[in-house]
Amino acid sequence: MSGGPARPETLDAAMITAWIRHTAELVAADAERLTRLDAAIGDGDHGLNLDRGFTAAVAALPGEPDPPGRTLITAGRALVSKTGGASGPLYGTALRRAGKAFGDATEVDAALLGRALRAAVDGVQELGQAAEGDKTMVDALAPAAAAYETALAAGGDLPSCVRAAAEAAGKGAEATVPMTARKGRASYLGARSAGHLDPGAASTVLILRALADVVGEAAG
Amino acid sequence: MRKLINDPADVVTDALRGLAAAHPSLRVDPENRTIVRTDTAGSGKVALVSGGGSGHEPLHGGFVGYGMLDAAAPGEVFTSPVPDQILAATTAVHGGAGVLHVVKNYTGDVLNFRMAAELAEDEDIEVATVVVNDDVAVEDSTFTAGRRGTGATLFVEKIAGARAEEGADLAAVAEVAREVNERSRSFGVALSPCTVPAAGRPTFELGENEMELGIGIHGEPGRERATIRPAAEIVDVALTAIDADMPLAGEELLVLVNGMGGTPLIEQYIAFAAVSDWLAGHGATIGRSLVGPYVTSLEMAGCMVSVCRLTPELARLWDAPVETPALRWGR
Repeated sequence: MSGGPARPETLDAAMITAWIRHTAELVAADAERLTRLDAAIGDGDHGLNLDRGFTAAVAALPGEPDPPGRTLITAGRALVSKTGGASGPLYGTALRRAGKAFGDATEVDAALLGRALRAAVDGVQELGQAAEGDKTMVDALAPAAAAYETALAAGGDLPSCVRAAAEAAGKGAEATVPMTARKGRASYLGARSAGHLDPGAASTVLILRALADVVGEAAG
Repeated sequence: MRKLINDPADVVTDALRGLAAAHPSLRVDPENRTIVRTDTAGSGKVALVSGGGSGHEPLHGGFVGYGMLDAAAPGEVFTSPVPDQILAATTAVHGGAGVLHVVKNYTGDVLNFRMAAELAEDEDIEVATVVVNDDVAVEDSTFTAGRRGTGATLFVEKIAGARAEEGADLAAVAEVAREVNERSRSFGVALSPCTVPAAGRPTFELGENEMELGIGIHGEPGRERATIRPAAEIVDVALTAIDADMPLAGEELLVLVNGMGGTPLIEQYIAFAAVSDWLAGHGATIGRSLVGPYVTSLEMAGCMVSVCRLTPELARLWDAPVETPALRWGR
């Protein structure tokens, strides 16, 4: 590669920490919208809960960055113990599984991040028993992992794989609008849940956008 | 927002302080957010722990005491408690005979209680779980999260609590809890929405002459919107739905007409009269009854009808003494 700023080939501890902090900023900025989305088909507290959870995750981050895996496990544990609702255990499990996939690595390359994303999807599906098409966060998260893997297999570098994942999450979330919910509280509405964006899918988009932003900034 | 609060962020904490001040028989831990019975330490009986979002008072803290729950873990308003909180409640009341978790079937409650049970088992505390899912308004199939847990939670907590008080082991307490759940059904109607303090706006909007049929207890919309009808017709919708799912003819029933928080008792009794007429006309009898706001949704107006098909043993356990802030008899 010649010219232009260097594109990051790996995520280090500082970038993982920046990802959690930036996710907390995006969630705080969007909390009202998430809560409004949830009020349409749930009980209207998703933004409030997630804001509380990610605020706790940021507070739990160590002063001196731990290895990436340890940092994600710490953040995930904080989400589980502070968020409540279904999003706490689900996002907490996603981060903890991704952190475990990182192992002791101090630098996370594109292939390892792909395995961690997949581990996160598996963890969420196992706990929540939801599949694609159920109108849940899985409808954003699973396409994101798949798009990441496709981009990686096509020879993409870390920033382009992350961007592909974030874009796929956004499209996946939009695709939840016409769906009828089959999991979570929205499922109690049956057909009345159709026509609304799923709030869990919407918040998943924020988490992946935060990662794309952090990687993008590192790329200059 | 017209609410008697200090700060939307402090609603649960301030309410817990009030509960503790009003009921010296309870120990409230504001840090872990647990409400614990003080008189059973070291008794060696099976302990009952329940919990869920706040905003359903007196459920669950108001049912902590002799003959019912040993501890409750109240989450934020309409939000399940977190695993640490449930674990703290479980550890506080474990007397060596195991702990029964009474969980309402909402995804968040189920996931957080499951994680807490795993953590408790890591500490060698035996935990059994009963998931309450009595709400017939939800289509029960593999295509939903299953039926919600609503009014029958009170039946399960009272009857299983009585069984635990008698010294039954964990398996027997869990068995009677599941039996009560299986024999119970509920259907709810909202005449107005409610406002979660932290959100500051109603969870849904209803026109002047509209009501929501088939609601749960979290201010979420129901299955269907309809024009407001007389109480007898509303009760007919509820009991017809219940009867279609679990035939009531020939049964002796425990009946709860439950206010959702914003409906006065006079209207709840009007609903109970309609329930009594309906059941008499359909060949069922009322063996035991309860009328009042027991499983509420903040200030939502409306009511929920819950029934449990009694057996002589379940009736005996229902009649057993209970002494909690919200339910008290025979002692």
